[in-house]
Amino acid sequence: MEISPWILFWASIFTSNILLTNFLGMCSYLSVSREVESSFGLGTAVFFVTTATTAINWAVYHLIIVPADIVYLQYIIFIIVIAAFVQLTEIIVERFSPVLYYSLGIFLPLITVNCAILGISLFMVIRDYSFIQSVGFGAGSGLGWLLAIMLLAGIRTRLKEKFIPTGLQGAGMSLLITGIMALAFMGFSGIVNVQ
Amino acid sequence: MNYQKIITEILILAGISGVLATLIVVAKAILQNYGECVIDINGKRKVTVKGGGSLLTSLAEENIFVPSACGGKGSCGACKCVVTDGGGPVLPTEKPFFDAKELAANYRLACQVKVKNDIKIEIPEEIFNIRKFNGKVAKIEDFTYDIKGVTFDLISPKEIDFKAGQYVQLRSPKYGKVRESVTRAYSISSKPSLQNQIQLIIRRVPEGICTTWVHDFLKEGQEVEITGPYGDFFIRDTQADIIFVAGGSGKAPIKSMLEDLAEKGCNRKMSYFFGAKTTKDLYLTKYIESFCDVFPDFTYYPILSHPEPDDNWQGRTGWIMPYFPDALRDPKNTEAYLCGSPGMIAAVTKNLMELGIPEDKIYYDSFV
Repeated sequence: MEISPWILFWASIFTSNILLTNFLGMCSYLSVSREVESSFGLGTAVFFVTTATTAINWAVYHLIIVPADIVYLQYIIFIIVIAAFVQLTEIIVERFSPVLYYSLGIFLPLITVNCAILGISLFMVIRDYSFIQSVGFGAGSGLGWLLAIMLLAGIRTRLKEKFIPTGLQGAGMSLLITGIMALAFMGFSGIVNVQ
Repeated sequence: MNYQKIITEILILAGISGVLATLIVVAKAILQNYGECVIDINGKRKVTVKGGGSLLTSLAEENIFVPSACGGKGSCGACKCVVTDGGGPVLPTEKPFFDAKELAANYRLACQVKVKNDIKIEIPEEIFNIRKFNGKVAKIEDFTYDIKGVTFDLISPKEIDFKAGQYVQLRSPKYGKVRESVTRAYSISSKPSLQNQIQLIIRRVPEGICTTWVHDFLKEGQEVEITGPYGDFFIRDTQADIIFVAGGSGKAPIKSMLEDLAEKGCNRKMSYFFGAKTTKDLYLTKYIESFCDVFPDFTYYPILSHPEPDDNWQGRTGWIMPYFPDALRDPKNTEAYLCGSPGMIAAVTKNLMELGIPEDKIYYDSFV
C-alpha cells in the first residue's frame, strides 16, 4: 500500500515513535536527558541529521548499493555516510554560527553513534519507501526522538526534588518512566499503522 | 570464488569512503582557512597572524602573553580583554565570567575568541612587557617541611623587568604519571634590581600537579619555562602607612617588596603580620626581623594559631586579626597588602574594612 509521506511523518512522531516503539537511540537518550535545554539541543541535532542522512542514504542505496549488488555492505556504507555527514555539519556550523556550534556542537559527535539514525536508514530499506516517503519518515522519526527526550527531560527535572529509592536512582528510574511513556504512546496506535 | 566481484566491491566501498573523506578535507581547507588576519592592539600596534586559532594563542605566537592561569580552557577567566571589533558573538562559555557592565564594554575571554577576520582589541600596556623566559634552576632551599625556595637563573632573555609584588607563571612538563603540562602562577620573592635571577617560594599542595613536580622532581641545573611578569599587586607610591598580611608561601611578594623598599629607602610606618600554625611553619624569621634595622619604623608580628607545647613559643598566639589595632595609627591613611589563601584574604579584607581602612586601599593577589 502506498502511504502518503505526510501520514508517514505524523505516524513516526506519534504511533510508531522510533524511541518508544523500537527503543532505538537509548544511550544518548538516557545520558543527556538531565536538563530540558541540553536535550532540546541534542534532539534538534538528531532531527536535522536524520532528515538529511535518510535522504542521502536513500540515494546511495538506490544509485550505488543496489546496482552494484552489495546490499550486504549497506550497514558499513550507511555508517560511513552518517559519520561523514556529521563531520561536515560540524565544520559548516562552526564556520557560520559559532553560537549554534557551542550549543549544538558538543552533541554532534554523539550522534555518529546514535543507533536510531542507522535504524531509520535501515527501516527505510526494509519497508521499501520512495524518496519522498523516506524524507517524511526521517524527519518525523527525528522529531519523535526530540519529543521523547524532551518529555523525559521534563519529567526528570521534576523528579529531582522527589524521593526515589536508592536502587532505582538514575538509569533505573529513567527506564521505568520510558516504559510508562511507551505504554501511553500505544494509545495513539489505533490512528494509523505504518509498520 | 569470483575475485573480480570481490575486488569491485572493495573498490566501491573505498570509493565511497574516499569521496566523503575528500569532501571533508576540502570543506576543512575552504571553511577553516581564514587566511591572514590583522590584530590591531590598542590602535597602536598591528600584528598579522594565521587565522583560525584563539586570540590567546595567536597573541602568544607573536610573543604577547595575555595572563592565563588555566592555559586556555575557559575555566579561570584571567585572560579578559576588550575586543572592540571583529570578535563575533559572545559565547555561552564566556558569559559566566562577565557582568552586564563588562559585556556592554565588549569584554571577552581571549582564549574563547577565535581570530577569523581582522580584529581590534584593547589590552593593558603592561602586557607588552610580558615575555617567555628560559631559565635554569640555580638553587633549591628547604624553608619549612612543605615550603621550598627555588632560585632560577634567566638564560634567554637574560633579564626581567618587574615591579616588586608581581608574579610569573611556571610551566611544569609531563612527569611520572602526569600526562599534561600545566602552568601555575607564583609570586616573585627576589628583588627587582636582581634582573638576571628570580626566586619563587612554593608550598606543596597535596595532589597539586605543579607543586608536586617542584617538590619531588625538580633538580638543580634543570631548565624550565617561565612567563611574566603579571599582576597589579605592587606598592603604591604614597606616604601612607603600610600593613602587610601573609600566610604560608604568601611571604614571597612581600619579601620582594621589602627588599625593594630597602634599596630605595622608605620612612613609612610598616607592620608585617605573618600567620602560621606552629613554629615548624615559620621561616625567614631572622631575615625579616633584620629589616627593623633598615627601616625607621618597621615591626614584624609572627603569630601562631596552634603552637605546640614543645615549641616553647613566647610570642603572639591565636588569630592574626585581633592584633591589627596595635599597628593602626590612622586607618584612613593606611594601605594594606595581603597575600595568602582566598579564605584568609576574604576574612582579613572584611576585618580591615571594619577597622576603617578604605576598600580601595586594600591590595591583594587572588590565586584561585
